[in-house]
Amino acid sequence: MQAFHLAQPTMLLDALAIGNAADTKFIAGGTDLMQLLKDNVETPAQLVDLEGVGLSQIRADASGLRLEAMARMSDVAAHLDVRAQWPVIAQALEASASPQVRNMGTIGGNLLQRTRCGYFRDTGFNCNKREPGSGCPAIAGENRMLAILGGSDHCIATHASDLAVALTALDAVLELRRAGDAPRQVPITEFYRLPGTTPQIETVLRPGEMITAVIVPPSAAARNSHYLKLRDRASFEFALVSAAVALDVRDGTGRDIRVAAGGVGTRPWRLPEVEAALRGKKLNDDALREASSRAGEGARPAGQNAFKQILLRRAVLRTLQTASA
Amino acid sequence: MASIGQGVDRVDGRLKVTGRARYAAEFPISDLVHAVLVQSTIGAGTIAAVDMGAAQAMPGVLAIITPDNAPKLAMKGGAQQAVRAPLLQDNAVHFNGQHVAVVVAQTLVQANAAASQVRIRYRRDEPVTSMDAALAQAYPPKNFRNGERPPDSRRGDPDTAFDGAAAKVDVTYITPIEHHNPMEPHATIARWDGDRLTVWTATQGISGAQQSLAGLFGIAPQDVHIVCPFVGGGFGCKGNTWPPATLAAMAAKVVGRPVKLAVTRAQMFTSNGYRPRTVQKLRFAADDQGRLVSMRHDGFSQMSQPVLGEFSEPVGLATEMLYACPNVAVSHRLVATNASLPTYMRAPGLASGNFALESAIDELAVALKMDPLEFRLRNYAEQEPHQNKPFASKALRACYQQGAEAFGWSRRSAEPRSMRDGSVLIGWGMATSTYPTHRMPASAYVRLGADNSALVRVGTQDLGTGTYTVMSQIAANTLGVPVERIRFELGDSAFPHAPVSGGSMTVASVGPAVKAACEAARAKLQRDGGEVAEASVDVKPGEEEHRYAMHAFGAQFVEVRVDAELGEIRVSRFVGAFDAGRVMNAKTARSQLIGGIVYGLGMALLEETHVDGETGRIVNANIAEYLVPVNADVPDIQTIIVPNDELVSNPLGAKGIGELPMVGVAAAVANAVYNATGVRVRKVPIRIEDVLV
Ligand SMILES: Cc1cc2nc3c(=O)[nH]c(=O)nc-3n(C[C@H](O)[C@H](O)[C@H](O)COP(=O)(O)OP(=O)(O)OC[C@H]3O[C@@H](n4cnc5c(N)ncnc54)[C@H](O)[C@@H]3O)c2cc1C
Ligand code: SF4
Repeated sequence: MQAFHLAQPTMLLDALAIGNAADTKFIAGGTDLMQLLKDNVETPAQLVDLEGVGLSQIRADASGLRLEAMARMSDVAAHLDVRAQWPVIAQALEASASPQVRNMGTIGGNLLQRTRCGYFRDTGFNCNKREPGSGCPAIAGENRMLAILGGSDHCIATHASDLAVALTALDAVLELRRAGDAPRQVPITEFYRLPGTTPQIETVLRPGEMITAVIVPPSAAARNSHYLKLRDRASFEFALVSAAVALDVRDGTGRDIRVAAGGVGTRPWRLPEVEAALRGKKLNDDALREASSRAGEGARPAGQNAFKQILLRRAVLRTLQTASA
Repeated sequence: MASIGQGVDRVDGRLKVTGRARYAAEFPISDLVHAVLVQSTIGAGTIAAVDMGAAQAMPGVLAIITPDNAPKLAMKGGAQQAVRAPLLQDNAVHFNGQHVAVVVAQTLVQANAAASQVRIRYRRDEPVTSMDAALAQAYPPKNFRNGERPPDSRRGDPDTAFDGAAAKVDVTYITPIEHHNPMEPHATIARWDGDRLTVWTATQGISGAQQSLAGLFGIAPQDVHIVCPFVGGGFGCKGNTWPPATLAAMAAKVVGRPVKLAVTRAQMFTSNGYRPRTVQKLRFAADDQGRLVSMRHDGFSQMSQPVLGEFSEPVGLATEMLYACPNVAVSHRLVATNASLPTYMRAPGLASGNFALESAIDELAVALKMDPLEFRLRNYAEQEPHQNKPFASKALRACYQQGAEAFGWSRRSAEPRSMRDGSVLIGWGMATSTYPTHRMPASAYVRLGADNSALVRVGTQDLGTGTYTVMSQIAANTLGVPVERIRFELGDSAFPHAPVSGGSMTVASVGPAVKAACEAARAKLQRDGGEVAEASVDVKPGEEEHRYAMHAFGAQFVEVRVDAELGEIRVSRFVGAFDAGRVMNAKTARSQLIGGIVYGLGMALLEETHVDGETGRIVNANIAEYLVPVNADVPDIQTIIVPNDELVSNPLGAKGIGELPMVGVAAAVANAVYNATGVRVRKVPIRIEDVLV
């Protein structure tokens, strides 16, 4: 770990002002960032602790759900309205990390956690994401956990958040703020960037910009939403493959269908090809099978992760079956 | 009053749960400074130059020790536990993550910050990172089992018998690199007082540490004082005196102050050994009556570069003795790679070897269309078949019977994929466990008071297994006093000698010494009267070693649930029945049994160290990505202790219980996965993609 300056503002505006300085990072629960600091993967000159600025409300009403960035993962997962109206969010959170991590981890921090790619997290390796231009040893190396979708020759790291997959299925919108700028709203489906030739740039966040809240619209589909996470260890492990499905079925016909997947993409991965195959169709088992067989079209496996292609289809199918049962 | 066998609470339990049990890194030593290891980022080559300019000028930095300026070590003596490299004695880099410098600073934070600024330039060579690609260069170990026996053995003519047999399997099994990952990472505090060295260190063997450090620094053993009252788990990785302990002492010498060196979790992956990868070739055959006629087990285990030492995974040991087969050959070979030195890990040889052995036995039973338990009983060895000796005792048949009964084995459907619960396939598997009963010489000191209180001292260790408690019970039992009247002290090299806490032999070795010393002190007190009597005794194994084969046994039964489409594998039921001889304490014994079984479940389904093929650097050197079982992975575990009151093996009749329960678990799980899915997985860990059909 390198020495850094720690700012502990108590007002959001102060946090934004300090956060706008060069070489500065926000720190929320610290469950991801502390590890990266200790391992010298992140070496900011200054940290802005968001603990004192409030920003931890969870509000649900007819207009939708608003999760402020500092709301704890555990509080969101336990929230009765979230569980009733947007169950996929609660399920994704409860399948994340451990109770201890969820008690500390925040919604904003969760969405901005860095990849678990082992090469990224160890400065003893080259890594384009950590040191642009140094190379990507994972593509020919240990890539079982890494992405089959959205990768480039420069990076195939998976986005690790479960919550982000659920929010992607629900068409959530992120509320962003930066000192001096008007607040802006960005759909989560446009928030994460593909690695391309610049894997170090992961989102559309501008320097100094903060996530202040996540807004999730209400819908019949959201009320019937499900999360399935597959992994070798029964708990406390990142997804090999996960699926988030929100389904509005009327008279056996699929009206509103949202499908997203985790563990397979360099960002949370929406599956429009599956959605399109089911929209307006009778959701019988044949239709579900046919639609899920389209999941992950265009996948580019790297070797050890080739099985994710099959697993993705089966995970999507199982989750569709659960949601339409 | 007799407390042997009872579930007496841990005498050190309160200290532990209140945080007052003091571990190596926690001793408050005045004037202490901190050392941090710098490790190589290449897999092979030499250090061309170390640039310490920036680091040296950083706040608090006292010294940066590199191969250029490190004191030359005496390297005397032949202590088996002394790891002699890498100790900054030359410029060679033999593996990625090798210690190449030590930074000493006033505070840990300063040492860490400076360590990250040390820049090292290398001349790179091409590292050998895969043993599988280098099998053709395999070589026989020079010092197999510390030279106690040759690496190969043969009885009968297995090849001819194989050719003519009715049922055969000819298969290759693979086990991965695994790391011990005890809760307590390695830590050492070293302090020199003139030429005398005091070391607080996490070790499974204070005597070995004393001998090793004395030899490495060229001083007399009595000038090295080792203190280690508590160990937070070892599993084998604290058996040797690994470089971090030696480097702490070296750093203390260089700065002339006491130095603490606590290895980080990531550094643990290249600092203190691991279970090496093995490739095992098995050729087994049986006649049409289900009698084994041929067993060949050729084991290759992955090694470091030979200059770092030697460790050979003895995978064939159980194959020699478990079944009554007339034609058996085993061999052991090493494959050098650019990796750190491997070492013992819980049930060395048997954990890896029995995965292959007991899976292949299952394969042969399938080929014969026999129930795998029936097949094992048909080949039950009444005598030890390799050395042709009687067993001191063997209650394996009772283990099979009681385990099968408790599990409900007779209701198993042999046909793969025939037991289902909705989308979930259910499979039942079983395997045999065995572990040799070891014993070494040990000594004990007792001071017995006329008030029936006793102080007992032995230079042994408590890895968290319960040595304090069990030895207190043995003393109390021998003296006929309540356990609370005993104060048992260990973990100090000034106390009477005891062997390394490994090989499941602490009770069998130290227990008889405690018992004999208590008897001697009581006899003295009765004879001479007075307020106190002292006794020191040395005990050692006798003729029994040569007359009998001594082993513990067990039978493992497991149920797995495998999602037919999604491939997730979960263990839903486990029954283990064990012949571990006499049990000293029902509670600590059950803890060892369930702990060992959980360790085995980790081997079966989760644990694997991933090495980058290009650089030889470990990619998952942390416990977020090196997976061990969590509570959600562990089902209800039923453990059965099969009674066995035999006293031939040693005066307490304890056969050793620390390693036995993990042996065979991986095979039982693999056999259950086969029964569930019809897929025979010949490697561990067994993962989702292996069963996606
Ligand atoms: C062992 C382990 C297992 C885990 N398993 C899972 C899992 O299965 N699934 C899963 O989804 N997650 C998992 N996690 C990740 C965990 O959920 C995240 O660490 C946590 O959500 C991060 O939240 P935090 O508040 O602690 O973020 P921090 O660590 O404080 O910050 C993370 C990042 O977000 C930035 N940041 C934080 N808040 C804001 C904000 N409001 N605006 C702008 N930037 C911000 C920080 O600058 C930093 O870059 C695991 C973590 C660990 C340690
Ligand atoms: S996949 Fe991305 S994060 Fe991983 S090594 Fe390659 S560039 Fe780095």
